[in-house]
Parts: sequence; structure tokens; C-alpha cells
Amino acid sequence: MSTETKHTLAPDKWVQLYSDYLFNYTITRVSGGEIAKDLVQETFFSGLKSMKNFKGLASERTWLVSILKRKIIDHYRKINSKKGKAEVRMNFYKDGENEGEWIEERAPNTWAEDTDRGIKNEELKATLEYCIDKLPEKYGMVFNMKTIQGFETEEICKELDITSSNLWVIIHRARTQLRRCMEDNWFNN
Amino acid sequence: MGKFKITCDEATTICDKNQYGEARFGEKLKLMMHFYGCKICKCYSDQNNRMTKIYNVYSKDKCNQHTCLTSEDKEKIEVAVKEKMQ
Repeated sequence: MSTETKHTLAPDKWVQLYSDYLFNYTITRVSGGEIAKDLVQETFFSGLKSMKNFKGLASERTWLVSILKRKIIDHYRKINSKKGKAEVRMNFYKDGENEGEWIEERAPNTWAEDTDRGIKNEELKATLEYCIDKLPEKYGMVFNMKTIQGFETEEICKELDITSSNLWVIIHRARTQLRRCMEDNWFNN
Repeated sequence: MGKFKITCDEATTICDKNQYGEARFGEKLKLMMHFYGCKICKCYSDQNNRMTKIYNVYSKDKCNQHTCLTSEDKEKIEVAVKEKMQ
């Protein structure tokens, strides 16, 4: 005889019990609070729609999180399907004799200080956020997924339908632009 | 020897890949050889390591922060969910 408890759903208590948890889960994975709120609300809507599929094997919260995960991935897919809006500033010669070499004015400069000054500093965090926000949307999305949220390469490629070479080129472009932005606004400022 | 020659663009791409521990042995070898003749990429690489430290701290910080919805936001969601339930 099975002694396992069967979980049940109580949608009238979802907002009260889980909205903060789901919001927190989302805000660390997407770029803004408004998007996070929308995704939480959509999760509750989808939960209502698929209540009949709930088998009671997982807790109500775990079940809602699994719906939310899909919503987050769908959100990234939607961004991915939009065309890149921003012009990407390259740091290398594209063709000719110097193809793939640094453009002189874009080569890294020596940073003014050598210590990891205030790595937890709020000002540094704000500068980094400013630089991440300045990245073209697709670059920012891939960089965030890989570097900040720690998704596996394979997972990102699968969800965004890109090859791993594409992913590394995007990461490279994003990091090169970020490095430059931090150099101008933090290290040599 | 020629097959080990890579451009600065390729070298810095490998360098970025290496920040996530995902550069292959052959790629790392090419990178090391490139560094011998290219101080700019070596500088990029050193600064890249520092940037990775900053990204890691930022990532941990972002994952640990606890943010709550305002009661106004909760109310809005509550109303919307109740409407859907009817």
C-alpha cells in the first residue's frame, strides 16, 4: 500500500502563497521587474488551464515552477525571433590584410588600477548593469543566460536554435563590448 | 606551424570560451602560442580574467537577492487570476 501523499491544487491561494517565490525566481532570470510580473501572472493563467493535467505527484509549488520555467524559455525564444536592433561595433578588422587583427583604437588599454577595487561595490554593480543594458538585445540575452544564470551551452543552443559556434561568437562579441564599456566607465574613469 | 596560427579575433574568442572552462586542449595550445607574439591579446586575456571574477560576484549577488512583489501588484494579479477562474 502506498503511503505517498497526493498533492492537491488550491488556485485561490496561489497569489498569496507563491507569487513572491515565483517573482524572485523570475527576476533573476529575466531583465526587468515588469517582465517578471507578467510571467508570474501568465504562469498562474497556464496553471488554471492545465489543472486537469495535475497528477498530484509533485507539490503545487514545484508544479507551478515547472510551468514558469517554460514561460521563461518562451520569453527568450520570443526575443530571439526578433531581429537585432542595434548596430554591433566590431573591435577587429573584417577583411583585407589585417583581417582578424585589433583595430588600433579598439585595442584594450592598460587599466588604471590593478586591484579588484570594490568588487562588491554598488557603484560597480550599477556600471556593469548599465553596460549589460547597452548590449544589443540578443547579445545581452545570450550573455545573461550563459554568464549570469549559468545555463549549459547545449541548453541555450537548443532553446534558441543556434549552433555552439554561433553562441561563442555572440558571447565573444558581448564580452568584448562589455570589457570596452567597463574600461571607459569604470577602470579608466 | 601554420595550423597553429590564429588571428586576434579567433584568439579572443577562444579566450572567452576558456572563461567558462569550455575551450578544447588544441584551442588552448593555439592561444598560448598566440600570446607569445601578441601582447594586446595577453592584456585582453588578463583583463578578461578580472571581468570573469566580477561577473561571478554579480551573478551570485543577483541570485541571492530577495525581492517581493508589492501588495498592489499582488492585488492586480489576484484580480486577474480570479477573473480567469470564473
